[in-house]
Amino acid sequence: MRRTLQSIPLLLAISVILYAILYNMPGGPLAPYLQNPHITAADIARLRHNLGMDQPVPIQYLKWLGHILTGDMGYSTSNSEPVFQALIERFPATLELMGASLVIAIGIGVSAGIISAVYRYSLLDYVITTGAFFGQSMPVFWFALMMQLAFAVHGIPLPGGYQIQLPSAGISSSDTFDLGDRLTHLILPAAVLSLLNIALFSRFMRSSLLEVLGTDYMRTAAAKGLNFRTILYKHGLKNALIPVVTVVALSLPSLLAGAIITETIFAWPGMGRLFINALTQSDLALLMGYLLLVAFLVVFSNLFADVVYAWLDPRVKYD
Amino acid sequence: MAAPSLPLPGNTVIEEDLHLSKVTFWTRLRRHKLAVAGIVVLSLMVLAAALAKQLSPFDPNAIDNIHWQGMPLPPCFQDATLCGGHSLGTDEVGRDLLSRMLFGARISLTVGLFAVIMEVLIGATLGAVAGYYGGWLDYALMRVTDVFLSIPLLPLLLVLTAIVAASSSKAALSFGVIVVIIGALSWPPVARLVRASFLSLREREFAEAARAIGNNDGRIIFRHLLPNAVAPIVVQATLDVANVIILESTLSFLGLGIQPPTASWGNMLANAQSNLQSAWWAAVFPGLCILIVVLAINYIGDGLRDALDPNMR
Repeated sequence: MRRTLQSIPLLLAISVILYAILYNMPGGPLAPYLQNPHITAADIARLRHNLGMDQPVPIQYLKWLGHILTGDMGYSTSNSEPVFQALIERFPATLELMGASLVIAIGIGVSAGIISAVYRYSLLDYVITTGAFFGQSMPVFWFALMMQLAFAVHGIPLPGGYQIQLPSAGISSSDTFDLGDRLTHLILPAAVLSLLNIALFSRFMRSSLLEVLGTDYMRTAAAKGLNFRTILYKHGLKNALIPVVTVVALSLPSLLAGAIITETIFAWPGMGRLFINALTQSDLALLMGYLLLVAFLVVFSNLFADVVYAWLDPRVKYD
Repeated sequence: MAAPSLPLPGNTVIEEDLHLSKVTFWTRLRRHKLAVAGIVVLSLMVLAAALAKQLSPFDPNAIDNIHWQGMPLPPCFQDATLCGGHSLGTDEVGRDLLSRMLFGARISLTVGLFAVIMEVLIGATLGAVAGYYGGWLDYALMRVTDVFLSIPLLPLLLVLTAIVAASSSKAALSFGVIVVIIGALSWPPVARLVRASFLSLREREFAEAARAIGNNDGRIIFRHLLPNAVAPIVVQATLDVANVIILESTLSFLGLGIQPPTASWGNMLANAQSNLQSAWWAAVFPGLCILIVVLAINYIGDGLRDALDPNMR
């Protein structure tokens, strides 16, 4: 509860910083009018007054904050619709992509980490940790290009004259819903987006499990004569997975950043691509709306991680 | 593969203890073979970047008007007759890929280096002040850090570079501007790290001794405490050079980083997507450079972490 309250001033501070950036954007919201020869200086002054731009900055900020809190994030000039609506419309696509990639990353990353720790210093462990290093060092946008080159432009030949050819853009081929079609469109972007997290989760899972395997209670369990499998599943994994929850929650910022790149390259109709479009068209209101939403999600996920961590691990107490 | 079992308690530690007096930083670093390989690869890259002018077979910004006829020229190992002497081919406007990659190495490596120097200067100072003085100053500085850590870096960087681009022109996104924007936004992790070291260092006896003989705070912070907090900073800074190189190439790829005609590995890839079908080389080689350099730096960072503080893993 106390931690929930602590995140409110944090969000307020974020909004102040973002507003400061918004306020310094050249031209401001009147930029489109300044170019128009039919609009006189008197009109501009009137517009400034009507929009409240002649008031002190703190007052303007408070008014802006009031609008934000009531869900009014302004009007998106590049989409001709309210910012909130534009973001909400694209949210499901981003959620689909991020959700799929997170499922892949947790599935592969955590199992690779477990294998790596159980068979530590073996060839398999070496292959996995090296792979994780590659995954961490890979520029997401280039990996996306390479996947497109391999699976969409050329296709991977299979024995028997077949080949794997995957669509490289968009979320579906037609307006009617077709699960198979949706899934084939999802494979490449989700794989690209999950690479970094597979690497992170597997490295983290490996060190977390190694630490648990070295503890006294694990040795006690082994001394009782339990076989390794039982110790691993009943005692080891339960404890080793707790910190992984935090890492998954903390991966949200990088996941959102990765989604921006992935959505742009794969023409995925989500919030990330919306953000890049807004950027090229200087759509201030939308940029601010996106940054606010993303910051809110990050703060919320950190809070969520703390709460879940304390719930899973009774040894952790927050005062 | 051996049957899975529990690790023996402390066997590696015993080995370390036996050699503790003899094992220095350099022997530990040399033992990390991949870090050594990373150092070799990075040195070669730095050398290539430094000698870009001498090594480049062509002017990186010149269009090959003799051979280029609207389509990217293929690398010589693919088609020796069509390539026109361009060993790795050309980009879509007929500029030599290898020469651009050599000059691009200069950009990537120097942006990484200078942005991290800036990040460490800001982060170490703020972290040291917060950790040394504690109290409300610490609280305030750490809340500021929280704020910066809560806004994902990439979108924030993109918005700031877009503001710079909009306030004058895209050409204003010069090398220096990119360095300053990245450096000014990526210090919070360093600040947290240094603060954590200072919280324990300031309680140590030598810190008290330094205070007792009448040193002022600035001298205690920079001469006595900071040198003892260098190890984690060096590791973090090394890994951050890799992160910054990826960030810069991502910004440049999206058109909001280093502006053409200046070559950077990121902006060389900006047009590669639309030419993926006709010119795979333009998409593959610059990205491969990024991957290799980042991989080398990450392995060096890993080796440094093992060498500087074996308990940090």
